[in-house]
Amino acid sequence: MATDITPSSSPTEITDPSLMFTATEQSRKKQLMENIARAIFFVMTLLMILPLVLIVVYLFVKAAPVLSPEFLFTNPAKGMRAGGIWAPLLGPIYIVITSLLVSAPIGVLAAVYLNEYARASWFTRIINLAVVNLAGVPSIVHALFGVGAFVYFAKMGRSVLAASLTLAIMTLPVIIASTKEALNAVPMAFREACWNTGATRWQTIRGIVLPNSISGILTGIILQVSRAAGETAPIMFTGAVFFKAISERDVFAYGLFDRFMALSMHLYQLSTQVPGVPEALEYGTAVVLLGAVLTVNALAIVLRVYLRSRKRW
Amino acid sequence: MSTDKNYSIETNQLNLWYGDFQALINVSVKIPDGLITGLIGPSGCGKTTLLRCFNRVNERYGNVTTTGEVEILGKNIYDADVSLTELRKNVGMVFQRPNPLPISVYENILFGLRVHSEQRIRKKSETDEIVETALREVFLWDDLKDQLKVKATTLQLEQQQKLCIARLLPLKPRVILMDEPCSALDSKGTGTVEELMLELTGQYTILIVTHNMAQARRVSDECIFMLIGEIIEHNRTEDLFLTPQNTKTADYIEGRYG
Repeated sequence: MATDITPSSSPTEITDPSLMFTATEQSRKKQLMENIARAIFFVMTLLMILPLVLIVVYLFVKAAPVLSPEFLFTNPAKGMRAGGIWAPLLGPIYIVITSLLVSAPIGVLAAVYLNEYARASWFTRIINLAVVNLAGVPSIVHALFGVGAFVYFAKMGRSVLAASLTLAIMTLPVIIASTKEALNAVPMAFREACWNTGATRWQTIRGIVLPNSISGILTGIILQVSRAAGETAPIMFTGAVFFKAISERDVFAYGLFDRFMALSMHLYQLSTQVPGVPEALEYGTAVVLLGAVLTVNALAIVLRVYLRSRKRW
Repeated sequence: MSTDKNYSIETNQLNLWYGDFQALINVSVKIPDGLITGLIGPSGCGKTTLLRCFNRVNERYGNVTTTGEVEILGKNIYDADVSLTELRKNVGMVFQRPNPLPISVYENILFGLRVHSEQRIRKKSETDEIVETALREVFLWDDLKDQLKVKATTLQLEQQQKLCIARLLPLKPRVILMDEPCSALDSKGTGTVEELMLELTGQYTILIVTHNMAQARRVSDECIFMLIGEIIEHNRTEDLFLTPQNTKTADYIEGRYG
């Protein structure tokens, strides 16, 4: 069979071969658009950093007069108009630790079950749906639940324990979600390899899955520390108070059933509820709150980098 | 075990469904002991599914229904008293993508033993010997004897795949299932893994799924041709390739589809 093959389109006529690779009007236009696009993206990135830098600088400048170790370790005094932030600083540390002691084990273990054991069924679907929805519930709703469930029903009263449990309920779904994500990142092939040597699921989880997902799991938990430390609503009704003096420089100053002060709420009180508070005190409180949150986040990053460097594949 | 010829695997009217989809239809097959049997057929014909029935790892993928019998060394592995972990200890599997565990070469070899042994710590001299024997058996000892502490996932693919085979050996399996063990390897790697398989015949019953008909011809003693969940032909490899009894087999091995 003889066929006539004619190209459907012939190459454009080029009069002068030496001009073949020189920019045309159209390619110059394309390059211009490229430069504009690049510039816009770059400016937007800068814009993102700008507020952070401004906030930090502004806060530090305003807070400078009160910032000192003394500020951290003394209680507020003279109706909040003087002194430091020892009591409000220690409070969040208590509730964050207590709440994570509850939510981290439950969350991680539940996530392991959901990701490693549970098969797709209506039951697991309901649980997964509940987790997602719970994570989306506004914190003030958690607060009201906490008041009903812990303060009144469980008769804990307004206390460190009640506030911690409320925060635990708030952080639990997010910990479950982040843990599941970390577990999911471990390639299925490793699990198959284990199962095919006759390893049980627990041996697989213990030997391979957890060691390779621990960095993601811990990062997820630590990020909840900063979230829990900064929340105001859930603790406002469940245990945080306007003022409570505790012994200074004593890290065991609060008991589980004590009411407590918290940085976020303290800041709110200083700036709206108490007239005549020196400006520097407010800003000092804000700096400490911000510093605490940034420190925890930085810790999460360092930990993640460290564990990832030891990651085994 | 059976009489004139020894079979290590016998299936009887094996059917398997993934949900509503029937992936295996009335599969009855006898796999000879100590030989290499090739499983060939176009994609989606059920080769891998059949392979995975033999250590019941299919069940991990959910919503699988199986009927019929699979006897391995004379024991129906779907009986209630069969322990899946013991079954998988005796029926090892090698995958398409080499999947060494993200731990050292040394620990990879011992992983199976550690999973199955009661006492947690064995003597160093004992484990050293186990590791050396296993690595020698797969011709990796000379390459890796100075790299035993190296993470197995950093080895070359070919070494990884051989390590995956070596990892099975300390458990003294009777059957080794291989699911396209060479498809991720280059031709040199394929060659050495094939050589290794030939070396292992006699001691282990090897069942290999392959898309590569030349490979099936090179390594297998018997060959099974499957199509849409059914076994079309099962014969000695030479006979199957030279004088196929079924026209579908002939069409497939001549490359008319697949």
